[in-house]
Amino acid sequence: MSLVVPTMAEMMAKGEAPEYLFWVGCSGSFDDRAKKITKALVKILNETKVSFAVLGTEESCTGDPAKRAGNEFTFQMQAMMNIQVLDGYEVKKIVTACPHCFNTLKNEYPELGGNYDVIHHTQLIQELINQGKLTLKGGGTFKGKKITFHDPCYLGRANDVYEAPRALIEKLDAELVEMKRCKTNGLCCGAGGAQMFKEAEKGNKEINVERTEEALETSANIIATGCPFCNTMMTDGVKNFEKEDSVEVLDVAELIANAAEL
Amino acid sequence: MGQIIFAVLLAAGLGFFAWNVRKVRSNILLGRDVDRSDNKKERWKTMLLVAFGQQKMFARPIPALLHFAIYAAFVITQIELIEIFVDGLSGQHRIFRSSLGGFYTFMISFIEILSVAALIATVTFLARRNLLKVPRFNMKEMNGWPKMDGNMILFMEIVLVTCIFTMNGADEAAHKQLMGSSDPYYGFTISSLISPMFEGMSLESLHTLERIGWWGHIIMVFAFLNYLPYSKHFHIVLAFPNTYYSNLEKKGRFTNMESVTNEVKLMMDPTADPFAAPPEGAPEPQRFGAKDVTDLTWKNLLDSYTCTECGRCTSSCPANLTGKLLSPRKIMMDTRDRLVEVGDNKRKHGADYDDGKSLLGDYITEEELWACTSCNACVQECPVNIDPLSIIVDLRRYLVMEESKVPSELTGMLTNIENNGAPWQFSPTDRLNWANED
Repeated sequence: MSLVVPTMAEMMAKGEAPEYLFWVGCSGSFDDRAKKITKALVKILNETKVSFAVLGTEESCTGDPAKRAGNEFTFQMQAMMNIQVLDGYEVKKIVTACPHCFNTLKNEYPELGGNYDVIHHTQLIQELINQGKLTLKGGGTFKGKKITFHDPCYLGRANDVYEAPRALIEKLDAELVEMKRCKTNGLCCGAGGAQMFKEAEKGNKEINVERTEEALETSANIIATGCPFCNTMMTDGVKNFEKEDSVEVLDVAELIANAAEL
Repeated sequence: MGQIIFAVLLAAGLGFFAWNVRKVRSNILLGRDVDRSDNKKERWKTMLLVAFGQQKMFARPIPALLHFAIYAAFVITQIELIEIFVDGLSGQHRIFRSSLGGFYTFMISFIEILSVAALIATVTFLARRNLLKVPRFNMKEMNGWPKMDGNMILFMEIVLVTCIFTMNGADEAAHKQLMGSSDPYYGFTISSLISPMFEGMSLESLHTLERIGWWGHIIMVFAFLNYLPYSKHFHIVLAFPNTYYSNLEKKGRFTNMESVTNEVKLMMDPTADPFAAPPEGAPEPQRFGAKDVTDLTWKNLLDSYTCTECGRCTSSCPANLTGKLLSPRKIMMDTRDRLVEVGDNKRKHGADYDDGKSLLGDYITEEELWACTSCNACVQECPVNIDPLSIIVDLRRYLVMEESKVPSELTGMLTNIENNGAPWQFSPTDRLNWANED
């Protein structure tokens, strides 16, 4: 099944306006691993006939890493340019699979004049399942498996979203196991605050190794995340322990797309 | 005579405390302004839950229960303190006893039971710090004065409680001797268990012992009160305003820098004259970010005085846990220590005095700042809603925007965002390629 990915420009040319703008984000657009998450989400959106579009080449970095790194200039330049584009298309609702984009668009754009109803993809998927628009067909691939959920800081502590991703995992035919540090106490993967783009400062351990160790202690077969950066960090962590053959790192959207046989 | 000494002690004790509180207040007001006057209902609720109800302490139940025992005893003892004040000034003895009767016995007994719980908690806390060596009390930044401070407070609490029981126990024994079988006991729960120890002592010795307890207690109360502004223990007062003025926004929302907004708007406005002089009477442009404590907000500074150095922040910090230099607790301690220094300098040498030092560089290093992942664990953990992250971010802002001191990999990331709209070197025209790949 080929993906249907309309752009805002195409929609506008046809005189249409989608319900949601899908904000793909830089990871989701360019990172090979994260692209798979993007596609899994599009499959779900296509299957459930959600009216959406992407900005495509008109999308640009939200400015999140610049702001966390302390460069407010770069952040605000990006934000204002993005707001011009978003307002040009009269965007009302935004869904995104990146908690960093989610946080920035939701919490930091309003003060610069960009007011949108922003949700994380796990929240939208939960809504679609609750509305009966998406049914999970058995989800046989997860039978008897243990899944642990790693809370992305910018989804959890930063925005108090803890339940949506867990509710989705619980819909699978699998067991949700929690790590010692979870929800409000969740441990960072090590990528936030622009750390994704630099080497860690001097220490005695990598943060993603510390976190992966904890995830492996649950003896989970799958480490689920809801953030492309966390995904990269946890995948690297699993490789560090040479467990890539027995432990998968997957986004919640991928789990659901898989269970719905999309 | 006793009354005069008491009155002098009372005036000196309260006066010196008030003088120190004013000093702390004027130091806190050296910070930049931030508006926290909104949403009063939510603020009262936060204060009631977090400070009064100690909600966040209970994330770690054992220390929370022990801490609650000391807290409850401290709060309830204030009732007995009222009587001590009235007795001290009027020269009476247990002035409320005759009018309150059975309720008085109940009240004092209640205080005594809580005091025993507090004593147990205090001894346990001393053991946790000095024998069990709980890691968060033994980190680098705790060496020297901070460790001593923690132990001194616990020691003072033991003296306070010991004085109360000496006072009540001796009083109970004396009362029994005086009244015989007609009215043999005050009947205070704990001191009636203690008083048999004093049997056989003369009435005079009992009276002396009772006075030692009474004066010891009240002297300790004033000593304790005046120790507070010099100590991390000031949290017992500041926890209340600090939680009231909490940040009520989502933790992920970093503050917007309006000064930058104005400049960016100017840059994006094709009709703007880039060489235009600033309008008449425009305020002096503020420094971007924070280099010293006076660049932080008054809430950041209030946070620093409220910090009781418990180290929950640091023990949950991913950077600290993996051996990096960053410790959010140290950020708060450095901010407070620097603020005290700046405040003292200003009082001594005048408001414009510059000692050539700053929070950034002399107290907090760049390496600490760049270790932060902005995960908000420290903010989440703090039992009194302190926000170390906002200080870290403001110091980063100064480094990056005023001094262009950015780790080299981040320079690349920032250039990429500016040039091609992504933190990596991809062409913006390739942004939708994923839709057509398998």
